[in-house]
Amino acid sequence: MLRFVVRRLLQMCMVVVVLSMLVFVWLRSLPGGPVSAILGERQTPQRRAALEAALGLDQPLPVQYLKFMERAIQGNFGVSTKVLPGEDALDVFLSRLPATIELSLLALFLAITLGIPLGYLAARRQGSVTDTTAVIFSLVGVAVPVFFTAFLLKYFFAVEWNLLPVSGRQTTGLDATRVTGMFVLDGVLTREWDAAWDAVKHLILPAVALATIPFAVIFRITRASVLDVLDEDYVRTAEAKGLTAQVIRGRHVLRNAMLPVVTTVGLQVGGLLAGAVLTETVFSYRGVGDALATAFREKDYPVLQVLILAAAVIYVLVNLLVDIAYAVIDPRIRTR
Amino acid sequence: MTDRASGTTDESPRRPSYGQRRRARIDALATAGTVDDQPGVSLIRSAWLRLRRNPVFLIGLAITVVFVVLALVSPWLAPWDPTARPLLDQVRPQSNPVPGPEPGHPLGADDRGRDLLSRLLVGSRQTLIVGVFATLFGLLGGLVLGTLAGAMGGWVDSLVMRVVDVMLSIPSLLLAFTIASLARSPSQWTLIVAIAVVQVPIFARLLRGSMLAQRSSDHVLAARSLGVKPRAIVFRHMLPNALGPVIVQATLSLAVAIIDAAALSFLGLGNPDQRQPEWGQMLGLAQRYISEAPHLAFYPAGCIIVVALGFTLMGESLREALDPKSRR
Amino acid sequence: MSPKRTVATWTTAVLAAAALAGCADSQRDDDGGGEGGGSEDAGTFIFGAAGAPEMFDPYYATDGETFRITRQMFEGLLGIEPGSAEVVPELATEWTPNDEGTEWTFTLRDDVTFHDGEPFDAEAVCYNFERMFDQNEAGRTAGEYWGYVMGAYADDPENSLYQSCEATDEFEAVVSISRPTSGFPTMLTLESLSMQSPKAMEDGDANGIAAEGEGFSFPEYADNPVGTGPFVFGAYDEANGEITLERNDDYWGEAAKTSELVFRVIPDESTRRQELEAGSINGYDLPNPVDWAGLEDEGNSVEVRDPFNILYLGLNPEANPQLKDLKVRQAIYHALNRDQLVQTQLPEGAAVATQFMPDTVSGYNTSLEPFPYDPDEAKRLLAEAGAEGMTLEFAYPTEVSRPYMPDPEKIYEALRTDLEAVGIKVKVATASWNGGYLDNVSGEPGKYDAYILGWTGDYDAAYNFIGTFFGNLKDNDFGTDVMPWGKQLADDLQAADAIVDDDERAAAFEEINAQIMEEYLPGLPISHSPPALVVGPGVDGVIPSPLTAEEFDTVTVGGE
Repeated sequence: MLRFVVRRLLQMCMVVVVLSMLVFVWLRSLPGGPVSAILGERQTPQRRAALEAALGLDQPLPVQYLKFMERAIQGNFGVSTKVLPGEDALDVFLSRLPATIELSLLALFLAITLGIPLGYLAARRQGSVTDTTAVIFSLVGVAVPVFFTAFLLKYFFAVEWNLLPVSGRQTTGLDATRVTGMFVLDGVLTREWDAAWDAVKHLILPAVALATIPFAVIFRITRASVLDVLDEDYVRTAEAKGLTAQVIRGRHVLRNAMLPVVTTVGLQVGGLLAGAVLTETVFSYRGVGDALATAFREKDYPVLQVLILAAAVIYVLVNLLVDIAYAVIDPRIRTR
Repeated sequence: MTDRASGTTDESPRRPSYGQRRRARIDALATAGTVDDQPGVSLIRSAWLRLRRNPVFLIGLAITVVFVVLALVSPWLAPWDPTARPLLDQVRPQSNPVPGPEPGHPLGADDRGRDLLSRLLVGSRQTLIVGVFATLFGLLGGLVLGTLAGAMGGWVDSLVMRVVDVMLSIPSLLLAFTIASLARSPSQWTLIVAIAVVQVPIFARLLRGSMLAQRSSDHVLAARSLGVKPRAIVFRHMLPNALGPVIVQATLSLAVAIIDAAALSFLGLGNPDQRQPEWGQMLGLAQRYISEAPHLAFYPAGCIIVVALGFTLMGESLREALDPKSRR
Repeated sequence: MSPKRTVATWTTAVLAAAALAGCADSQRDDDGGGEGGGSEDAGTFIFGAAGAPEMFDPYYATDGETFRITRQMFEGLLGIEPGSAEVVPELATEWTPNDEGTEWTFTLRDDVTFHDGEPFDAEAVCYNFERMFDQNEAGRTAGEYWGYVMGAYADDPENSLYQSCEATDEFEAVVSISRPTSGFPTMLTLESLSMQSPKAMEDGDANGIAAEGEGFSFPEYADNPVGTGPFVFGAYDEANGEITLERNDDYWGEAAKTSELVFRVIPDESTRRQELEAGSINGYDLPNPVDWAGLEDEGNSVEVRDPFNILYLGLNPEANPQLKDLKVRQAIYHALNRDQLVQTQLPEGAAVATQFMPDTVSGYNTSLEPFPYDPDEAKRLLAEAGAEGMTLEFAYPTEVSRPYMPDPEKIYEALRTDLEAVGIKVKVATASWNGGYLDNVSGEPGKYDAYILGWTGDYDAAYNFIGTFFGNLKDNDFGTDVMPWGKQLADDLQAADAIVDDDERAAAFEEINAQIMEEYLPGLPISHSPPALVVGPGVDGVIPSPLTAEEFDTVTVGGE
C-alpha cells in the first residue's frame, strides 16, 4: 500500500513538472498579455517594450522558464499582476481556496445524498415509470449548461422571488470574524450564527447549480452499478439462501455497487473545478474559479500557472484518495 | 446465465469477470471461425430489439432526427434571411432594445432587428456542424493515440498514456478555454478544435482500453497464430470490435460538444461571426439582455438543452443496450 | 484505515477547530470601530465595482476601478468642478505662470492636514513631486500616468517635462517645467498626481516597488494610503471583495454626508443590476444602456454624464496600401450610416462625431459638419480610386466595454453591414482586449486594416485627444508615418500645444481639426456616447462627471 502511494506521488510530481513546462510555454504563446491589460488605450510599442523589459517578459522563453523554476523551488510562484496585484500568486490561490472548497463540498454533498438513493431506487424498479422519469431527469441535468442553470436559479430564486442573495459570499456590512476562510465554518466556530446562516444562504444557489452535473453522473453510475450487482451470482446465491432483503441490500448489493460510485466521485472533482469557473462567474462568488476567469481575462500569468498546476495536483491527489478508498471498500484489492 | 453464454460475449471488451470469462472463452473458441467475419451481428440485433421498446431511446432518437433534418433544410425553411435586419428601424437601445413578436416575426427580433425565428432555425445547422466536427476531430485524434498505444504497447503505450493523463488532469473546460484563446482570431474552427482536443484523451483512453482487452482475446490470438500481419490484425480484427463503445461515446460527445460550445461562447470565445448564427453564440450574446429580454436567452438555451438531451438519451440507452450484461 | 483511526482523525479535527475558535474569539475585538466618529450617522453608500482595485496608491494605479476608490481619499493641487471638466482650485487656491509658461507658482490652502495628522504645506507638495519624479526602475514603468504626461523620470531629466519644485514659502511652491504645454498645470487634476502624506510614504516605503517575476510587488504603503480627502481608508476584505472607506471627520471642506463608503466587487454586469434590484448595493457604474429604461422604472435614477470621449474607426495604410488613397478613406466614411448607428445602437445622448474630440474641449471646431451618409457617393469614389470590391480586414475587440463603446460587437456589426452594402469585402477579425487586440492595433506596424477604438479624455486639453492620436509620428495607431502629411500634422500639433495663451491655442487646434477632417482624414471619427451611472432609490447628491470622476462625499442615502 505504502509503495503504491509513494509511486503515485512520484508520478504526480512528474506530471506536475511536465505540466508546468507546458503551461508556461503555452500561456506565453497566447496573444496579448499582462502588458495590454495594464496599458489599455495608452499602449504604444515603445511603452509596451519598456514594461515588458521591466517585467522580464522580453527574455527568451527557456530563460524565463528557468527563472520561474528557480523561484518556484523556493516556493515563490511570482506575483499576481491583476487578480490581486502585488500579492504572491500562491497566496492568491490559497486565499481563494476555502471559498471553493466550501462550495464544492456542499455541491458534492448534495449530489451524493440525492444521487445514490435515487440511483438505487431507480435500479430496484428498473423499467418502471419512476425509473424512466428519474433517468430522463438526470440526463436533463447533464444537458443543461451549468451556467444556464446558474442563471435560471439566480433569476428566479434571487431576483424574481427574492428568497436568496443574488451574489457574493456574505452580506455587506456584516462584521464577521474570519478564521478558516470558509465562512460557514467560521460562523460555526466563532458561534456567530447569523454570519454562518448568511454564508449558507449565499452558498445555496451556486452549490445547487454546481451539483447538477455530479448529481446526474452519480445517479447514473449508481443505478448501472446496482443493476450489475443485482445480477451477480452471489446476490442470487444470497437470495437462494433465503437471506433477508435487508442483509442482501446492505452487505451484498450496496457495498459492491459502491466501488464504481467512489471512482466516479473522484473523477467529478476535475469537473467540479471547471463547473466552478462558470458558477462562480455567474454568482460573482469569490473563489478559485472566479480568480481563474479573471486571471485569464487579464492575462495574470503567475496566478494562472499556480491555479492550473494546483487544479492538476488536486485532481491527482483526489484520485489517489479514491484509490485508497477503493482498497478499503474492496477486499480483493487490499490483499494484492 | 445461459442466454449470456450463448451469445458472442467476447465481442464486448468490457467487464469480463469471474467464471463468466472462462465459459465465454470456451464458447468463443467454438465459434472462432465466424467471429471475425460478422462481428457482433447478434449483439447489434438484440440491442436493436431492446432499443425498439425503450422509451428513453425513442425520445432521444426522435429529437435527434428532428434536429438533423432541421439542420439540413432550415435555410429553406426560415422565413427570413438570418443576417437581414428587417426590424432594425424599430430598435431603440432604451425604449425598445429588442422588438417583440409581430405578424411575420412570430418570435420577434433580436437586438439588431434580425428575425429571431429564422436565426434559431438556421442556427441548428451551425450547431450541428460544431458538434459533429468537434466530435469527429476528437474521435480521430483519440483513434490515432489510442490505436498507437493499444496496438504497440510498451513504451509507446506509456508515453501516450502519460500525455493523455496530463490532458485529463487539466479541467476540460479550462483546456478548451486555453486552446480557444490560442488563436489569433477566434472563429468557428478554433471553437471546434478547442472542443475536439478535450475529447481526444477520452476517446484515446477508451480505444486503448478496448484494444488492450482484445489483444489478449482469443480471436486476436488465433489470428496472430495464423500469421496474420500485425497491421491487418489491428485494422481488421481489433478496431472494428472496439467500435461499439466508441459509437456510444461519440453520441454522448455530441451533446457535450454542443454544451461546451455554449459555455465557450458564454465566456466570450465562441464564433464571433454573426453571419453564421449558432445557438451557443446566440445565448452568449443574449446575456446582456437577461434582465430586459430574457426570452433572447431562453430560446437558444432551450434548443441547446433539448438537442443535448436528445443525444444524451440516445447515447445512454445505446450504452445500456450494447452492454451484454444488461441483456435480460 | 480502521474505524478507530477514523474516530481519532475526527477527534483531532474537532479539537483543532475548537482551538481555532478560541483564537477567533480573541481576535474579534481588533476590527470594527468604524462608528466612533461621534457625528450623526448617515448610513453607508455601497457601490458595485466592476473589478477589484490594483492597490491603493494612485500613483502606481492604472485602472478606473482603483481610481474610483482613491479619488475619495486623495486630492490634487487642482481639482475638477463637479459635473464638468473645468479645472478649479483644490489644494492650491491659485496658480500663475511666468511669461514663458515654464515656471508655475502655486499658492496652497493653509487649513489642510493629511489623514495621519501631518500638515499639508509647500514642503509636502515638493516631497510629492520629487517622490513621483525619482523612481526606481520598476517604478518608472509602473508609474504609468507620470510617464505618460511628464515623459521621463529623474534618470533622464532632459526628456522630462517636470524639472524641479521649490518651496518658496510655507504655503507657496514653485514648479518648473522644461517647455510650455497646454497639459500643464491641467494634468495636476489627474488622480495619479494626487498629494499624499510624506510621513506615511516615508514610513511605508512608498517608492519601494519591485518587479518580481511577471508582476510588480508593491510596498506596504500601497495598502495603507494616506491623503487629504473626505474619506479615510478603512479596510480591504479580500475574501468578500469589499473595500471600506470611512468619513474623514477632520476634513477641511464640508464633511462627507455618509459615514461609510463601501465598494463591493461584482465583476458581472447583469449581477450588478440584480444586486441593485435586490437592494444590496446602492449604485454601480456603466449600466448597460439597454437597462436604463427598466432601471428608471424600478425607481432608480440613471445619471447620464456628458460625453467626454470619442469612438473612431481607425485605418491603417501600412497594413493595406489601398487606404493611402484619400478617396478610399472618404468612400469608407460616406458608406457609414452613423445616424442609424447612433439611434439604434448607442444610448440616448450619444452624438455623431464631426472630429476627433467632444465639443466640451477647447479647440473643438464648431463649423465642421458631420460627414454625410451617401452610399452612392461611396461607390463612386471607390470606382474612381479603382478600389471596387476591395477587401478590408476589419477588427473589433471582445471582452471589453468602454464608455465610448458599450458594446463593441454591435457597433462593429452595424459598421460592417454598411461597408458591405457598398461592395467592400470585410474580413472579420477579432481578439480579446487583453488577448492581442491592442497589440495588433498598436503594433509597429499594426496588423489590422481597420479597427474600432476610442479614447476617454484624461483632462480638458485638445492635445490629450488629437495629440495622443497623431502627435507621435513614429508610434501611432493610424500609420501616419507613411503618409506624406504625417510629419506636418505631428509638428503642427506640437507647435499648437506649446502656445501659452489659451485663446490662441484654441484657435490653432480648431484649424488643425478642420485640416484633419477635410484634408487628411487619417481615421474616421464615429460618435461620442454618454456613459451613465445608476443609483438606487433614496440616493441623492450624485453629480455625474464627464470625466467619470465622481466624488461621493456629496451623496446621501435615504432610509428606505
